[in-house]
Amino acid sequence: MQNYKKIEMIVGVFVLVGLISISWLAVELGGVAGVGTKGYTLIAVFDDAGGVREGSDVLLAGVTIGKVVSVSLKDNEEALMVLNISNDVKITTDSSLSVRTKGLIGEKFVRVNQGAEEEYLENGDEFDDTESPINLEDMIGKYIFSGDAK
Amino acid sequence: MIMLVGQLGRNVIRGVAKLGDATLFALDTLRLLFAPPWQGKHFVMQIYAVGVGSLIIIIITGAFTGMVLSLQGYHMLVKVGTEALLGPAVALSLIRELGPVLAALMFVGRAGSSITAEIGIMRVTEQMDALEMMAVNSQARVMLTRVIACAVSLPLLVAIFDVVGLFAGYLIGVEMLGVNSGVYIGETIDKIGMSDIEAGLVKSLYFGLLVGVITTYMGQRATATTEGVAQATTQAVMLCSVMVLVLDYIITSFYL
Repeated sequence: MQNYKKIEMIVGVFVLVGLISISWLAVELGGVAGVGTKGYTLIAVFDDAGGVREGSDVLLAGVTIGKVVSVSLKDNEEALMVLNISNDVKITTDSSLSVRTKGLIGEKFVRVNQGAEEEYLENGDEFDDTESPINLEDMIGKYIFSGDAK
Repeated sequence: MIMLVGQLGRNVIRGVAKLGDATLFALDTLRLLFAPPWQGKHFVMQIYAVGVGSLIIIIITGAFTGMVLSLQGYHMLVKVGTEALLGPAVALSLIRELGPVLAALMFVGRAGSSITAEIGIMRVTEQMDALEMMAVNSQARVMLTRVIACAVSLPLLVAIFDVVGLFAGYLIGVEMLGVNSGVYIGETIDKIGMSDIEAGLVKSLYFGLLVGVITTYMGQRATATTEGVAQATTQAVMLCSVMVLVLDYIITSFYL
């Protein structure tokens, strides 16, 4: 019986270590958030979402301050983005948004440029100033054809 | 010629009959999961034998798999200047493929073979009949506990394999080969999603069930002689290894 108690103990430790491994994987790598997502919601309307997806990062001065919650179509012509920004970050009302790329071919993210206002955006507010991503193909196309015209 | 065709037909019929027999056996065994008396103590003993017993070999395999992936991956990626992607490359291959498959193969060798041999010998020495004589349902006591122990242990072992492999890969990639540690970790966290981890764990659960069912079935149906048991053990290990790889392909094709 003493022996069985010992085995029970070892099995318990084994199962515990296994479960800790699973949850470590899920939380650290899987990005399963603990209890809900903390933060407030802001809305932005772009002419072109330009490859930003649900889960893309929102960066301010190169620091991740939130995530894109959803990207959808608004009035059949514009892209509506819902951003989740962490509570301790305050964004001025006259700040601007732009879609940028990490590196040359990296993934897309939303960049926030702070403005000079003293007032800050609150939960549910919309950004006034949004800048659509620079489309490399369009630019090359323009360059080629403007060169052609000469 | 006609003899050969007949032989082929006979073999196919035998194979299909065996597959059916094994499926019925598996369903019959799993049905006992809902029938008292519960085999709690024997179940714990089996997890000890099957899961804890495989722990050392899983940790060693995991560590070396992570290390070699990191080493090999680095030398491939550095040629195209993308060694920043070493972290996700190691983590993805470990979590999605190599973790479940390699752990399952090691598990087959370590735990699966012993299950078949043990059950076979229990039949040779008439221990099954002795259990039945004492009004113990031998299928619940011997088969079910082992099948469930496999299905519970393997996912846990795979998770441990993954974690050990990731740390080993990190050590080689960052400490030895000098990839920036922030880039390594950041890119890994960025590129790995919950779906990858889920795919790995779902695979391991199916592999565990498969190994448990095949090894107990082969032990149960082994010819009750010394040679019979030896043959059944060899067949069980081979069948399990092949089936793990086949099932891996099938599950992967569903998850992509």
